[in-house]
Amino acid sequence: MTVGTYTPKPGAAPLPHMIAAQAALETKMLLRNGEQLLLTVVIPTLLLVLFSSVDIVDTGKGEAVDFLAPGVLALAVMSTAFTGQAIATGFERRYGVLKRLASSPLPRWGLMAAKTASVLVTEVLQVVLLTVIAFALGWSPHGNPAAVVLLLVVGTAAFSGLGLLMAGTLKAEATLAAANLVFLLLLVGGGVIVPLEKFGSAGERILGLLPISALSDGLRDVLQHGAGMPWGDLGVLAAWAVVGLAAAGRFFRWE
Amino acid sequence: MRSEPARPSPDHHPSGRRFASHPLIEVAALVKRYGPKTAVDGLDLVARPGVTAVLGPNGAGKTTTVETCEGYRKPDSGTVRVLGLDPVRQAAELRPRIGVMLQSGGVYSGARAEEMLRHVAKLHAHPLDVDALIERLGLGSCGRTSYRRLSGGQQQRLALAMAVVGRPELVFLDEPTAGLDPQARRATWDLVRDLRADGVSVILTTHHMDEAEQLADDVAIIDGGRVIAQGSPEELCKGGAENTLRFTGRPGLDIASLLKALPADCTAAELTPGGYRVVGKVDPQLLATVTSWCAQHGVMPDRISVERHTLEDVFLELTGKELRS
Repeated sequence: MTVGTYTPKPGAAPLPHMIAAQAALETKMLLRNGEQLLLTVVIPTLLLVLFSSVDIVDTGKGEAVDFLAPGVLALAVMSTAFTGQAIATGFERRYGVLKRLASSPLPRWGLMAAKTASVLVTEVLQVVLLTVIAFALGWSPHGNPAAVVLLLVVGTAAFSGLGLLMAGTLKAEATLAAANLVFLLLLVGGGVIVPLEKFGSAGERILGLLPISALSDGLRDVLQHGAGMPWGDLGVLAAWAVVGLAAAGRFFRWE
Repeated sequence: MRSEPARPSPDHHPSGRRFASHPLIEVAALVKRYGPKTAVDGLDLVARPGVTAVLGPNGAGKTTTVETCEGYRKPDSGTVRVLGLDPVRQAAELRPRIGVMLQSGGVYSGARAEEMLRHVAKLHAHPLDVDALIERLGLGSCGRTSYRRLSGGQQQRLALAMAVVGRPELVFLDEPTAGLDPQARRATWDLVRDLRADGVSVILTTHHMDEAEQLADDVAIIDGGRVIAQGSPEELCKGGAENTLRFTGRPGLDIASLLKALPADCTAAELTPGGYRVVGKVDPQLLATVTSWCAQHGVMPDRISVERHTLEDVFLELTGKELRS
């Protein structure tokens, strides 16, 4: 290098370029991480295939896959927006990635936008994969695709808020443990593979207020029963989204 | 690689007139507390263009001060201006113009070295040539290696590359050579010199006094949350501390007679048999006095040496020699 190589010429890249670059990098990091893939791809796929082909859980009338596919789609959203994002962001905070990016030209809201974009890209890949597998297993979905998309988006907002709240307040190791535990508990008690009726009427009422139950129940209403917009479930998800994102915005610590 | 001619813009002035309107950094009466502990206690600091080293024992408040300048911390009171901007309220304007090297971390553990550097380059409008920078810092062999598998020294050099790739006006380097081998240390020093030559200013925190002596135009020593001394390395070494002259000769020379020949404020002692030390203002006159006294007494002064005070001596004198927690 010769004289003048380092002569200052500062400037931020255009904002859309920065956000696109950040989203691409975050997605790459996610897809490269084996544990994350286990959570977001392998577990939902296995559950869908296993419980559709083997009669372990009583899923009510009709084809098992018609009950399971909406639940597994809800699980996929939770695994990426909540568990995966919480763990990844927790370790980014721990390893100073968030701190380093905070002094880069990328604004904080730009980083959050990129994270959201990366979550959405991952979810699209998950939904495509799971839909193809479900069709192969004989799935026959009903209902309005717009209602499905709306439920997935509001559900993503709800889980992202909770995931970021956890990542921004707990230690990285605690986030890792808690996010996995919550994933497991909600997998069992959130109407994903086990119908909520199994928990009794009181249990069903309480568990029905969880974001995962609202999402799986809402998706099932539309996809299995061909219902219109499930406003009740959408309302529950919207409430979680508002509370979670507001709390994350208030309590998130960057280092 | 040659830079294009400077375009007129508010950010960039022709060489020599850079930052004409304000100092690089102006910190006035900065106070920062963490709970009951006062980390920075009314600190004043003015840094001018060039390389400024910030020295201080652990817990002296240097990291807090630097991180306040970088916009990471909000002052409890006092004012901080970096390139004339408030690092918190005008962060959006300031961030593209500075480069930050953290002491550790700052990279996705699964990211490859080259990938991360290219990413940071993409956040800037006119980044350096990434390939040339990788070559320059000897990171070529680890471009495909993920960050967590890099050696400590490679991680340091990557962090340094990330701090300069956006062609900033001002670079903050936090202990850039901690844990580096001598070759990597030399490469880092050379890069800092090149940055300075091209008009990039550097704020350097370090525990290596020789590093500050080698690189800095200006040194600020911080202790107890305040700047207790500031000046060029030469100025700091000149003031206060006295220098030392050592020689060896036959054991048992007459110290009293030597003392009579020396100026009144000097001391002399035989530290080990035949090992003599004279402490005082060591100048050519004093050297002549000692050698002529030796000649008169038939002594051949072997291994005669003049030891100037180093920045380390000055630092220890100012901050005390006891260990800090």
